[in-house]
Amino acid sequence: MTNPNPVSGSPDKEPATEAQEARSEARATPPAPAGDTERAVPATAPKQPEEPRPTLGRLFLHNLWAANTVTVTVLAVLLAMLVGAVLIIVSDPEVLATYGYITARPADALNASWSVVSEAYANLFKGAVFDPDAVGFTAAMGPISETLTYTAPLVFTGLAVALAFRGGLFNIGAQGQATIGVVLAAVAGFALPLPPGVHLLVALIAGALGGALWGFIPGILKARTGAHEVINTIMLNYVAVYFLSWIIIQSGVQNPNRSDAISKPVESSAQLPRLLGADLRVHAGILVAVLATWFIAWLLNRSTLGFELRAVGENPDAARTAGISVTKTYVLVMVISGLLAGLGGSNMVLGSTANALTPLVIAQIGFDGILVALLGRVKPWGVLLAALLFGALQAGGNRMQSYSGISLELVTVLQALIVIFIAAPALVKAIFQLRAARAARLQTSLAKGW
Amino acid sequence: MSTTAVPEVAVTAVDEGFWTRVRKTGAVLLGLGVLATVLFGALATGQQARFTLSETEGGAALEINGTVGAILFGIIAAAAGAALLAGVPKRWFTLVLGVGLVAFVLSFLCWQVSAAPEGRNFMPLVNVVRGTFILALPLIFGALAGVLCERSGVVNVAIEGQLLMGAFSGALFGSISGSVWVGLVAAAIGGALISLLLAVFAIRYLVDQVVMGIVLNLLAVGVTGFLYERLMQTDATKYNSAPRFSNWEIPLLKDIPLLGPALFRGNIFLYVGLLLVLVIHIALFRTRWGLRTRSVGEHPTAADTLGVKVLRLRYRNVIMAGLVAGVGGASYTLALYSFTKNMIGGKGFIALAALIFGRWSPTGALLAALFFGFADQLATYLGAIGSSIPSQFLAMLPYLATILAVAGLVGKVRAPAADGKPYIKG
Repeated sequence: MTNPNPVSGSPDKEPATEAQEARSEARATPPAPAGDTERAVPATAPKQPEEPRPTLGRLFLHNLWAANTVTVTVLAVLLAMLVGAVLIIVSDPEVLATYGYITARPADALNASWSVVSEAYANLFKGAVFDPDAVGFTAAMGPISETLTYTAPLVFTGLAVALAFRGGLFNIGAQGQATIGVVLAAVAGFALPLPPGVHLLVALIAGALGGALWGFIPGILKARTGAHEVINTIMLNYVAVYFLSWIIIQSGVQNPNRSDAISKPVESSAQLPRLLGADLRVHAGILVAVLATWFIAWLLNRSTLGFELRAVGENPDAARTAGISVTKTYVLVMVISGLLAGLGGSNMVLGSTANALTPLVIAQIGFDGILVALLGRVKPWGVLLAALLFGALQAGGNRMQSYSGISLELVTVLQALIVIFIAAPALVKAIFQLRAARAARLQTSLAKGW
Repeated sequence: MSTTAVPEVAVTAVDEGFWTRVRKTGAVLLGLGVLATVLFGALATGQQARFTLSETEGGAALEINGTVGAILFGIIAAAAGAALLAGVPKRWFTLVLGVGLVAFVLSFLCWQVSAAPEGRNFMPLVNVVRGTFILALPLIFGALAGVLCERSGVVNVAIEGQLLMGAFSGALFGSISGSVWVGLVAAAIGGALISLLLAVFAIRYLVDQVVMGIVLNLLAVGVTGFLYERLMQTDATKYNSAPRFSNWEIPLLKDIPLLGPALFRGNIFLYVGLLLVLVIHIALFRTRWGLRTRSVGEHPTAADTLGVKVLRLRYRNVIMAGLVAGVGGASYTLALYSFTKNMIGGKGFIALAALIFGRWSPTGALLAALFFGFADQLATYLGAIGSSIPSQFLAMLPYLATILAVAGLVGKVRAPAADGKPYIKG
């Protein structure tokens, strides 16, 4: 039933009509004529090879406006920024005032809108990618460094959610797993007297184990009692939050020189080294993140475990019939997923974002990880790219906030909108009148309600 | 719960034989009772534990010696556990379990109150009951929104976002218009907007409902936070100074001891919330709409065959859920506080927990919400008397209770069968 050529025709085309078309085509171009009476044949002959094999450029244009992954993603980002622009305009009283007399002088309203929106988005770009006015290496690399700093933890949490998705589980608990991870990593970072290098390794492992433990709980509950992992991971997120706020103020953990809720700082021997000198924040976490992406890609696509995991994700009953232990796979998926999220949490305190525990130390990386996984189409390298986009939005958002006075929350709005549009490719397709293609379907049908 | 077969098999395999669910619960309760008797009894002091029927130390009070009370209630809890273990008729299960749990809590309170410093060893019950209801109120609205959605087969993880949007638009339009009623309507519409998005994307575009809920929560946090910074922070008097509903005293009822001052001198939201529980309960189990809603949530294909418009019903219920949650959000900004960024702070997820803990029924959700509200209030109270119990662990209680409930360790919860599954008319 599936259409062999993804770009031509609608997917619901009946095979019978295709066969008919093929037959009618065959009739239209009869076999080589024998007599002089068939003059038309040489004229149509040069046309024939062109029909089935269009030029590369044509194929590109044809695909460009089809609902494939890249086009839908780009259009989703554009749509989100459009909605963001509307929000910027309606929340600016001065610009809004010009709309009061839009019928009299429409240019005023349009100019004011354009200048406020373009300035905001220009700052977003300058903060995330490159600032043309920057002088010197540090200033020029600054935006990229910021982007990569924000990207690293999102890669881990994104991978955590994506891996669980592929195994048929919806891990909303990356936030909680990262929280437990950050606690253990930080405690290992300031409590253990170890030499540099070993200390960092031990702290990372501690963070990973913390996340793995927090992933194991919903995994084993799902496997043994059938309790839905979505409910349990949501609940464990909050348990983790309260655990964090409790442990910060315990003696031995709380910074003795401070009265507010902040822990002792992580020792420098346990910190991820900075990659581009002390002035730029980008640290080795991004390298670990790329390594983790490669490993998860290998695990999913090349290893036995990955095969079993995907099989369970696609159809647990069939997998069980084939002799795969579904319960074992569920537990393993959640443990590895938690491990990744724990590493993401460790990044927040062992990298350059912070060096001590605070109640908000991991920000939103767990929830953002869900969006990153969806945007990355639950594929490891896709997750890396999606995390890069989110990291860039975050870094640019900071600049947008300080230079244009546009609140950082706009970035949250943009991120949420992008994923909404991605999640409903049919909507984007309808808005832009895209041709149908099969690639853009999001693989979120894996979570089956409660 | 789950669509996979293995977990179900595992559960039933355990249930056969001696260790039925009732007996396991009994064993746990017996353990808790013994723990309370020994531990709380040993830690409690000989001071009197006073439970006053007023807002202050004075007035009529129930008094008991701390040690005696802790041990006595501990023994009652243990006895209830032993009764369950020995095997009681099934219809008494809930009653005996309830008695056991209440006795356990009382034993705990006897210890805590008697161990409090001299002069603070009393518990003003009016304050506690009133605080419980105030803290439970957003949970009640949120859980009712969940009931409306999920009974018709749409998972509502976006309760948090609906509450937040309700709170925000209530504050914004209440301030601009200067009228509480305009604010209330705007709050309901704000909540309904979020749930309209949920409905369109879940029903029309078949997006996974949990995913959509999570994303909508983030969207609500982003939009309200953004507009808060741009509008409310720059001009708080114009955009963030909504009028508040005053308290309405109900004649006669307000003079009932304990319950009167705690319940019947509240604001409109308390009355509306409690009334809605009753209305939705009756509507769900006694009316045509309720039967249709439940059948669509359990088996949409069968309902469709009998002529129920599945999708239309789902749209209607999800939007009604948004209206209810929006009013719940307004219970913050039109009665208690002015709007602040992310002011719901996870209450939407506790409401979700209350919905699940209350087994997807309005009355169950009410009881669960009150239990969670009580845990919350208790944390505040224990902090005030300088208790040694960290408030964070009490705050974890709702979440841990829900995990235990879902895992089937304390009773079994089951979602509507078609909850979260999009219906494609075929």
